[in-house]
Amino acid sequence: MQTYWAAKGCAVLQPYDMEVGAGTFHPATTLRALGSKPWAASYVQPSRRPTDGRYGENPNRLQHYYQFQVLIKPSPPNLQELYLGSLEAIGIDFAFHDIRFVEDDWESPTLGAWGLGWEVWCDGMEVSQFTYFQQVGGHDCKPVSGELTYGLERLAMYVLGIDHVMEMPFNDPDAPIPLSYGDIFRQTEQEYSRFNFDVAETEILFRHFEDAEAECEAILAHPQEDPKTGRRIIMAHPAYDQCIKASHLFNLLDARGVISVTERQAYIGRVRALAKKCADAFVETEAGGWQA
Amino acid sequence: MPDLLIELFSEEIPARMQARAREDLQKRVTDGLVEAGLTYAAARAFSTPRRLVLALEGLSERSPTLLEERKGPRVDAPEKALEGFLRATGLTREQLGVRDDKKGQIYYAEIVKEGRPAAEIVGEVLEDVIRTFPWPKSMRWGAGSLRWVRPLHSILCLLSREDGAEVVPMVVDGIHAGDTTSGHRFMAPDAIRVTGFEDYAAKLKRAHVLIDPEERADHIWHDATNAAFAQGLEVVEDKGLLAEVAGLVEWPVVLMGAIGEDFLDLPPEVLQTSMKEHQKFFSVRDPKSGRIVKFVTVANRETADHGATILAGNQKVLSARLSDAKFFWENDLRVAKSGMALWLQKLDSVTFHNQLGTQAQRIERIVKLSRAIAPLVGADPDAAAEAAEVAKADLASEMVYEFPELQGIMGRYYARAAGLAPEIAEAAEMHYKPLGPSDALPAHPVSIAVSLADKLDTLAGFWAIDEKPTGSKDPFALRRAALGIIRTVLGNDLRIGLERLINTQLLEHAIALNLDSAEEQEAYFVQHLVDDIAHHGVFGAAFRAVTDRLDGEMAKPFRIEEGTWLAHLRETLPGKSHDLLGFFHDRLKVYLRDEGLRHDVIDACLAMKGADDLTLLVKRARALSEVLATEDGGNLVQGFKRANNILIQAEEKDGVEYRFGADAKYAEDATETALFAALDAADAVIAPAMEAEDFAAAMSAMAALRGPIDAFFDAVQVNTDNPVVRRNRLNLLHRIRETCMQVADLTRVEG
Repeated sequence: MQTYWAAKGCAVLQPYDMEVGAGTFHPATTLRALGSKPWAASYVQPSRRPTDGRYGENPNRLQHYYQFQVLIKPSPPNLQELYLGSLEAIGIDFAFHDIRFVEDDWESPTLGAWGLGWEVWCDGMEVSQFTYFQQVGGHDCKPVSGELTYGLERLAMYVLGIDHVMEMPFNDPDAPIPLSYGDIFRQTEQEYSRFNFDVAETEILFRHFEDAEAECEAILAHPQEDPKTGRRIIMAHPAYDQCIKASHLFNLLDARGVISVTERQAYIGRVRALAKKCADAFVETEAGGWQA
Repeated sequence: MPDLLIELFSEEIPARMQARAREDLQKRVTDGLVEAGLTYAAARAFSTPRRLVLALEGLSERSPTLLEERKGPRVDAPEKALEGFLRATGLTREQLGVRDDKKGQIYYAEIVKEGRPAAEIVGEVLEDVIRTFPWPKSMRWGAGSLRWVRPLHSILCLLSREDGAEVVPMVVDGIHAGDTTSGHRFMAPDAIRVTGFEDYAAKLKRAHVLIDPEERADHIWHDATNAAFAQGLEVVEDKGLLAEVAGLVEWPVVLMGAIGEDFLDLPPEVLQTSMKEHQKFFSVRDPKSGRIVKFVTVANRETADHGATILAGNQKVLSARLSDAKFFWENDLRVAKSGMALWLQKLDSVTFHNQLGTQAQRIERIVKLSRAIAPLVGADPDAAAEAAEVAKADLASEMVYEFPELQGIMGRYYARAAGLAPEIAEAAEMHYKPLGPSDALPAHPVSIAVSLADKLDTLAGFWAIDEKPTGSKDPFALRRAALGIIRTVLGNDLRIGLERLINTQLLEHAIALNLDSAEEQEAYFVQHLVDDIAHHGVFGAAFRAVTDRLDGEMAKPFRIEEGTWLAHLRETLPGKSHDLLGFFHDRLKVYLRDEGLRHDVIDACLAMKGADDLTLLVKRARALSEVLATEDGGNLVQGFKRANNILIQAEEKDGVEYRFGADAKYAEDATETALFAALDAADAVIAPAMEAEDFAAAMSAMAALRGPIDAFFDAVQVNTDNPVVRRNRLNLLHRIRETCMQVADLTRVEG
């Protein structure tokens, strides 16, 4: 996948080193989708969704899994063909499979972002999200970015013909020490499922949420000019890190079931407010298209 | 006369938007062409996931040339005015004519509007239609600014005549119209050049694209039912799903597969919902067992292995989905078997509505009201209360969280798993009914009690906080709730005084809304008030009774100070109650109108006592309506109104009421005597009929008075000179009124 997208001109980046719910949260997507500067990047992103934990028992639902993400701005006219090429590149033969683009409008209330597109089905299985970003952090995307998100476990299972994610080989099955996905992740899925649903200390989570929120706002409240270097340095990325943190803490609290329906909206609104402020800050930076 | 073919080729259009888009494309293009002066013989629109197609037959070659006349300034007007007119018309002074007008001589111009070729008009209209197309959601892409449902790739726009086809020259945002399209994305992706609609449809069919959604749907249904039939099974019909699936494929290929053994024990509703919602599969049922045993999926292509790989993949996904459903089902069953306490506890923290409290508080109100309604509908109060207690427990279950449309259905399974009585389990499902105007009604008394209580509580709650439906806005489906109550009451022949229940529940809500801030004395007062409404029925009387009683009980005189919430309650509750009852009556009128009952007939019955007893009300209305349809009935109303009008005029003139003492012995005319006798005879029939609520018998006895009344008016002058005879006759008219107003207020009947 990396080879394919590199050949198509994407920079191959590394995962972001924080807990995120999806590859979209990586600043290489969220922030870089903003502003007028062209961009083309791809990367793997480990993603955490506490509410999806199934103690390692469900054949393809995990609270920790891997996404492969592509973001190209502006979206090229042949993005669908490029995308289909990537499926062929990993061994999906269209002569035998049924590929479908099924409406799925993407919205991230926590990021203040939305776009139109599809979930892509291969023989009835959702293998990717395909989205034309229309807004991020409350800003209209001009130009529009095309975003592709692949669920790597699902795709790998598909290509390898494996029914249960835990049975998937993770290295060469003939290697001296063969390791399956289950060898590596079954125990952690159990541990995190228990932790996420029943054990995570909610008081601490609530407190950390407040801290991240306060820190994000405090970072952005600093003047643009750095008093030490005298340079204009807007700290959009450090502030956005705090927004990511707040979002993950909210997800944990949600999994713990301690946020009521009405409160839920309020918390989502608070994270969104942070995302918007970070977006506002980013478009004032050079990477965001600002020019002196 | 050329034919026009338009194809807008884009990335995949959501299935749910295609039908509307076909209509919009056809309407907007044809409207635009007609407005510009073109005519056409026939129009048809088609769609696939990747294209919107419009085909017009017999389009005119040109728009007609029109001669338009414009009035200019007067001949003696200042030079400036003339110059302006020349500029506006683009003519010279020599080209103007002069004629006489009311104001004197004026210039006028004849402007020829040349007809234009169809291609020019089509290009303009199509560009405008594309730029302003009413997609429910549209988007931009790349660096462009055009909006379409998904990126628009090409436009085919052809005018074809017998001697060949002409591409309509047009450009939208860099997309030039042409005469080519593409076939199926995978099976025949090459470009195809076409010359007209028939050529287009035929070539696309060869390129594995069926452009007609109906043809695709028919094909799917035909193949699916055949495949099922061959194995002695049947496909569960679902028109919405069929239309959606037909909108997802250009070349439908039906495949049938089995559901894993592990999942066959899941409730059929769960299998069906999960397969439909997540995978867009049809369910296939074994008619002998009633169980869902297979599924049908529709692929978008043929393959060398006849779909084996595709089917295997779909089966695998289904297993994963169903193992999720099974996970929810098994978790839920554990909670259910332990008595559902966990769910009820959870509902304590789930908000129903931010002013109307949590689901748990709502359940508490419904339990109390169910208990009160139970005796009125023949249910055991304890059973009704128990049923209401658990009827909404499934809202906290995992399955209903995943599939909200299974609420109630899961409740029934879980109540059974909890070991509750069958009628309690039934109420968990049936208390939501009826959901639509043709949905089934709750039938068991326990279900009826909970269903009425649930809906009444919702209505009273939203009335209490002034969130009534307005115009087309009814976010809480209150009209549906009221109609549900009406249908349940009428359909089960229930005799319930709604007003008392409305009063009680409005009061319960008022208490819930204010109890936090209420003082001890106020809380004490309203508790008594709830009990008293049950006795008095009417809010005002109960309020006075409680005030008087507490005044006697308490050491200090009991006063309700102005400005307190109790004073506010005293002033506003009767109005709200009246308003809510009126809402029921309005819904009832709409409902009965569909049955053919006139609104004035219903109004005539609404004016009678006990109009909050809907069954009684409708019995009256039906009897009245039937009698009005007869000749005697229609004429009776005339005779009655004549009698009534004479009486009213006389009473106004004389300043007295003629109520009593009509006596046959003062009768002068034979018709008068006969009328007395007829009234006596009618009363003898009507009294027992009214007692038995046999309104038809009562009404027909009244209708029998029509002859004697008409004869009386023909023969006799009521306002005669003899005061004794006149008074007697007026009193006789009053007897007519008394007798005829027992079933309905005939003064309100029109005609």
